[in-house]
Amino acid sequence: MNTKVLAQLHSGENCKIQKISAGFMATKRLYEMGLNSGAQVKVIKNDIGPIIVSLCGNKIAVGRGLAEKILVEN
Amino acid sequence: MNTIALVGNPNCGKTTLFNALTGSNQRVGNWPGVTVEKKEGNFKFKDQIYTVIDLPGIYSLGSFSEDEIIARNYIISGNPDVVINVVDATNIERNLYLTTQLLEMGTKVVVALNMIDEAETKNIEIDIKTLSEKLGAPVIPTVASKKKGIENLISKAVELINKDMDYKAHISYGQNIDKEIENIKKFLENKNLDYSRQWIAIKVLEGDKEILNMIKEKDEEAYNSLDDMLAKHNLENLELEIVDKRYEFINSITSSAVRKPKENIVTLTDKIDSIITHKYFGLPIFALIMFIVFQLTFAIGQDLLGGIVGSGLEILGEKIESLLVTINAADWIVSFVIDGIFGGIGTVIEFVPLILVLYTLMGLLEDSGYMARAAYIMDNLMRRLGLQGKTFISMIIGFGCNVPGVMATRTLDNKKDKMIAILINPFMSCGARIPIYLVFISAFFSDNGGLVLFLLYALGIVVALIMAKIFSKTLFKGETSYFIMELPPYRIPTASNVLRNMWDNVSEFLKRAGTTIFAVVTILWVLAMLPIGVEPYSQSSILGRIGTAIAPIFKPAGYGTWQAAVGLFSGIAAKEAVVAILGMVYAGVEEGTELVKAIQSAFTPLSAASFMVMTLLYTPCAATLGVIKKETNSYKWTLFSAVYSFAVAWILSVIIYQVGRLIGLS
Repeated sequence: MNTKVLAQLHSGENCKIQKISAGFMATKRLYEMGLNSGAQVKVIKNDIGPIIVSLCGNKIAVGRGLAEKILVEN
Repeated sequence: MNTIALVGNPNCGKTTLFNALTGSNQRVGNWPGVTVEKKEGNFKFKDQIYTVIDLPGIYSLGSFSEDEIIARNYIISGNPDVVINVVDATNIERNLYLTTQLLEMGTKVVVALNMIDEAETKNIEIDIKTLSEKLGAPVIPTVASKKKGIENLISKAVELINKDMDYKAHISYGQNIDKEIENIKKFLENKNLDYSRQWIAIKVLEGDKEILNMIKEKDEEAYNSLDDMLAKHNLENLELEIVDKRYEFINSITSSAVRKPKENIVTLTDKIDSIITHKYFGLPIFALIMFIVFQLTFAIGQDLLGGIVGSGLEILGEKIESLLVTINAADWIVSFVIDGIFGGIGTVIEFVPLILVLYTLMGLLEDSGYMARAAYIMDNLMRRLGLQGKTFISMIIGFGCNVPGVMATRTLDNKKDKMIAILINPFMSCGARIPIYLVFISAFFSDNGGLVLFLLYALGIVVALIMAKIFSKTLFKGETSYFIMELPPYRIPTASNVLRNMWDNVSEFLKRAGTTIFAVVTILWVLAMLPIGVEPYSQSSILGRIGTAIAPIFKPAGYGTWQAAVGLFSGIAAKEAVVAILGMVYAGVEEGTELVKAIQSAFTPLSAASFMVMTLLYTPCAATLGVIKKETNSYKWTLFSAVYSFAVAWILSVIIYQVGRLIGLS
């Protein structure tokens, strides 16, 4: 178990969301889209631009700045 | 008449289901007070007519975005007899979030488990009976794109309308929150409130401003003591905990009712995405797609269909003119019909094919799922300019027309992003400006027409991006924007969705041509005829005098003539009017070779270039200013938009002319 931020993970890595320390509006939106604490996500793509994650088999693009505020364990 | 509301997340196939339910019985309007589109339709079942309302696609029934508030207010106060909640079967866990909120409100809900065929291909097994039992709401599997399950859905919805509500979802929010809910409920007892106390209590704990305001209006005292009570809590944490608990509730349902394959199979979407969203190829592919879209738009919409419509109108105009002459109609009637109506509206109608093709292609991109990728691809570049990827979509739409372009900024959650996107959108060269360029290109640059056109579009984008950067450093600093966007799986666009979307836009344009532009053309015609006895469209007419008065402003830019000034003046009413008016004041004709000749003698290549840049960038048309007012809800920003774009255009136009003269052009 290793705590990182989402933006640090590489394509193909799985992780579990621990905590989101972004602004409240952004956090709530992430939560409502299913990226709440405890959610299991897989990083699909992380090179330039937003990070694409897969949540229950569906893709969500999350801006890099925001992905740096999402604490995950993998 | 009974009313059914359609609710669902974005990309769940709600619009397709709406089309499947209502067929061609649809009306598009706006929700009162806002520019959010309101779609209404009808269907007949057992000799009864039912109204279907398509609510905006939302993730939650909170009060963050305009869309959410509209959907929620409609459900609680518009009182649909039943709500059809469209749930994407391939994305069931997340879609059920909205479902739980609907059930908590105590609404009658039928779940349309849509795209069930796609779920099957993905080996997702859903036990519909268990799902329905656990949710406490009927669940009907559907495939809206193939019209499967629609009959079942309708009969279930109708059945529910005629039944009493016997169930209310009860989610346990854990000891702490449940205790608070009970406290608030006790507190609200004997208060005259319209909705279920349980629901209000949850909303209060969620810090819902709308609900708190409602309580305040009804009972100020109660509100104040409630406020004191809430002050003891860290509301933000509480809100997030409530979301967590809802997901826990959903998990308890899906763990028994849904089985998904452990490892996701690599789908076709993944394969396409690996190329289309590629680090290096993504951007060139996007550029290529846009290039093809514009090429096709011009080739089919302008050259092929536009020409046919144009010559058709010309023949019609001549026929009507000779008819009017033979019946001895008064000169002013002939002039009004031919110059005013055919000169004005005709030029506009000629662009209908262009808009038709552009919107069909845009609809294909949207419906296939590509637009979301375009936003993703552009995000990186846009971020460096202080913008985000979604802004670029509104800019692309602006190429068709700035009115929907400005309206598309609504998808931006952040105020800063939205304001900047609105202010730069008019720099995107809309379809109505094309005829102006075409006249000047054929007068001076016919050898390099394509290149000049491309440069103008590119200049529009560059100016927009520079202004965006300046705005984000000066007027709208501070607020950081975030980018969250769902990338739906690629789907083959359904013809009915694409065509319907195209028709909505084209009919909107035609309506505009018939109302606003007609009014503008009439007013300009009257101004050109007055005072009585003056030679029409001459310098001594009122129109000519207005032009003479403002012409000196444009002298440093190389076209300080009253005719050019009149053209630009009418362009503020509608850009479509510029060419029509130039034609009348220069040559007494609508367009064609006479106008080109007149332009050749009145302009030089340099002043023509300067004039084109002016028309590209200056003050948006009245319709765009109207929608800017609506979206910003501020006269100040609307005025700002009108004035600053004029200043930017004037400065660039003057620079081009003066620098050009210095280096010996012209």
